[in-house]
Amino acid sequence: MSSSFRTHKGPRGFWPALPALILLGVFFLFPVLRMLGYSVEAGNLDWYAKALGEGLYLQVFWNTFEIAIFVTFFCLLLGYPLGFLIATTTPFWATMGFIFVLLPLWTSVLVRTYAWMVLLGRNGVFNRLLMDGGVIADPLPLLHNLTGVLIGMVHVLLPYMVLPIYGAVKRLDPAVVAAAEGLGASSWRIFWRIYLPLTLNGIFAGSVIVFVLALGFFITPALLGGGRVMMIAVLIEQQVRETLNWPFAAALSAVLLASTLAVYALAQRFMRPAATS
Amino acid sequence: MTAGRRTLVAACAVIYFFLMLPLLVVFPISLSSAPYMQFPPPGLSWQWYERYLDDPQWIDATVRSLYIGAATAVLALALGVPLAFSLVRGRFIGRGLLDRIAMAPVIVPTIILSVSVYGLFAKLKLVGAWYGLVIAHTVLALPFVVLVMVAGLRDFDRGLEQAAEGLGASRWRTLWRITLPLLRPSLVSAALLAFITSFDEVVVALFLAGANMTLPKKMFDNILMEIDPTIAAVSVMQIILVTVVLVLIGRFGRGLSASAR
Amino acid sequence: MERLDAEEVSSAELRVEDVSKRFGQVAALDHVSLLVERGELLTILGPSGSGKTTLLKVVAGFEAPDSGRVTVDGVEITVRPPAKRDIGMVFQNYALFPHLSVRRNVAFPLEMRDVARAEIDRRVTDALGLVELAGYDERLPRQLSGGQQQRVALARAIVFNPRLLLLDEPFGALDRKLRETMQLEVRRLQRRLGLTTIFITHDQEEALVLSDRVAVMNKGAIQQIATTTEIYERPASDFVADFVGESNIFHGIAGAGGIVVLEGGRTLRVARALAAGRKVGVLIRPERFAVTVANQFAGEVIEAIYLGSSFKLRLRTGDGLSVIVRQPARGKLPVVGEHVSVGIEPDEIHVFEL
Repeated sequence: MSSSFRTHKGPRGFWPALPALILLGVFFLFPVLRMLGYSVEAGNLDWYAKALGEGLYLQVFWNTFEIAIFVTFFCLLLGYPLGFLIATTTPFWATMGFIFVLLPLWTSVLVRTYAWMVLLGRNGVFNRLLMDGGVIADPLPLLHNLTGVLIGMVHVLLPYMVLPIYGAVKRLDPAVVAAAEGLGASSWRIFWRIYLPLTLNGIFAGSVIVFVLALGFFITPALLGGGRVMMIAVLIEQQVRETLNWPFAAALSAVLLASTLAVYALAQRFMRPAATS
Repeated sequence: MTAGRRTLVAACAVIYFFLMLPLLVVFPISLSSAPYMQFPPPGLSWQWYERYLDDPQWIDATVRSLYIGAATAVLALALGVPLAFSLVRGRFIGRGLLDRIAMAPVIVPTIILSVSVYGLFAKLKLVGAWYGLVIAHTVLALPFVVLVMVAGLRDFDRGLEQAAEGLGASRWRTLWRITLPLLRPSLVSAALLAFITSFDEVVVALFLAGANMTLPKKMFDNILMEIDPTIAAVSVMQIILVTVVLVLIGRFGRGLSASAR
Repeated sequence: MERLDAEEVSSAELRVEDVSKRFGQVAALDHVSLLVERGELLTILGPSGSGKTTLLKVVAGFEAPDSGRVTVDGVEITVRPPAKRDIGMVFQNYALFPHLSVRRNVAFPLEMRDVARAEIDRRVTDALGLVELAGYDERLPRQLSGGQQQRVALARAIVFNPRLLLLDEPFGALDRKLRETMQLEVRRLQRRLGLTTIFITHDQEEALVLSDRVAVMNKGAIQQIATTTEIYERPASDFVADFVGESNIFHGIAGAGGIVVLEGGRTLRVARALAAGRKVGVLIRPERFAVTVANQFAGEVIEAIYLGSSFKLRLRTGDGLSVIVRQPARGKLPVVGEHVSVGIEPDEIHVFEL
């Protein structure tokens, strides 16, 4: 290999990235752009008109957004305490805490979704326990509907909220909290006035990730929704697999992608330029 | 502990229970002696595990997922490690852009990626080919490899490389004898992450696997068609696999909490 | 096959010719020229930011100068990569490879030169013996103390018979006693091997202990290169005088016949005759004051410090001069407010041009 002498004033270090760049270009950028290109078949935007104009499909978009917001909210509600606890406890418990967040995270989404089917079905664990215990007479409809989908999605996406929040709480200077305590603030006050504002970045990051993932979710609504919960991703899959309507699927995809990118862009704007890598 | 802290711990215990519940419930189901999904299981039996082991389709799918996962790990490392070096140590215009492109597969919803690649591969007659799946999975795994390696490289003491060069090592030798061995924990984490990403991957597999199923695809079909407790047995094994991987990363890897930011 | 014997170690002569280097607006090196003689230990002494580390990097090959040349035994190496310069280096933070044992660390440069296995083993054992770490072969760096790590770094730097040895503030992280021990060890080793060595430090005491010659650097330029005695007794400028050792420095005008008139009006008799009217600086080392009538300094003690083996006093004289005096500790420490009087022989006063 040639000399490593660092007098080279010009640009350097680009070549190692080339193979990865080629792979991403050929098997990622190219196919996606190509597919999105289908949406302007015959040079017009008819399919977009259908995607955004027709009540039916517009409803799907709305549903998806609503579900995503709901899921994000609950993930935040459940995820913040978890992230906070892991970040403020002893190293041993923190490791344990991490393990029990990573374990579900890396368990296949199929396994988790299937487990929820087992838990939520008419003869599933919950209903069986409640009925055998005499609490209810008829089984609760927890599966193949919106309820099941929401529970499932919150479960799958919760770890994605915990990690950024953990990071944000961890980065907080403990001296600030100590100062507040010394000045007489109660735990609750400290939480509201110190922790929450200073970890806003983490909350934001986690919420954005969860929201965007929820927008594009496929597996959970497909399996837990029983055909009754139509999210965009499910619709796209249908259009490709069953209806074979590629241009329409492309238009739907374009709208989904645009929404995703818009959310990210907005998030960038509002996030304070903190120490993100 | 203050009262506030106690409430927090209690609340978290409940949340953790929620997180772990699905993982726990599949264990007893997989050992059920009933011929169909029933809770509580009337008795214990290994029948579902036997069903799995006896069914060539399941075994095939598992083996296929294993070697596709391994191949993905290898390819993702081979491409992602140099990419990470470029991103951390390179000086060229467009480095920021390259960073975004590397992360893009995480940002673009998987359904879009799957459908797009399917469209392309259908034309190229690559549907059903295992290497097609490896390529698609590598695209998905690359951002994770990059994240972990970049974190590892950032913490790397370049003084060691300087010392090596001063002692007579060429660039290549420094890389092989000093840099990469010291980066081994990050490499291990990256490889295992890439493997798990591929092994668990469903959506792309649904489109690309065709008749040659990966394990997730078979599971998906199975779940749709019938809730056969064999799935529970497969799930248990998958959970055990993930646990093993986590232990391996804890023991030999590093950099996950650093790259969680 | 070379052995680590003083007779056969071939050490080189290093020349730095008119080397300059800028970083943005800052001139890290400003037309620096230097000759390091074969077998000598030269210390480059200076405060942080003086350019000494940059000079080292240029000699080692990690930076290329904007202009000028570096030659070793007459052969130009200015643009040669570090790996090909055959220079042994000991870094500030040791830079031992954490994943390799002591033996593998020391063997590394020999492996890079494709030396035969048996030969490597022998030379590593010799090197470890030289730094008194025999038997530590299989330890890992993290299992060693700071001083031991430093010695491994040293062994690694000399095992491949380099022609030149560079040390970049290697003892900064060690405590005082250890530092003194290591200084003497380096000196002993260098003498034994006869290896041309450049030592970088900001600690002037260290420089005086170790060196044959000292080069004092400031703001990218060499202020003075001379033997330790010269540097201490006859510094060439304010900066050198002040940086090396403690000093009383006054400014004045030279008069005819060995006289200097200080700014406050006081007259000193000096041993050196200078052209009258010249602006000069006068250096008096605090420990050179004696009981003599020549050049009396009488004043009030405003500070008295007990240092165990010596006293350090600060006097304020009638004409407003602040004078530092050091005396071996005999009797009682003078009290603040007391009036004392000291004198200094003319040939103990060093005069330099401003």
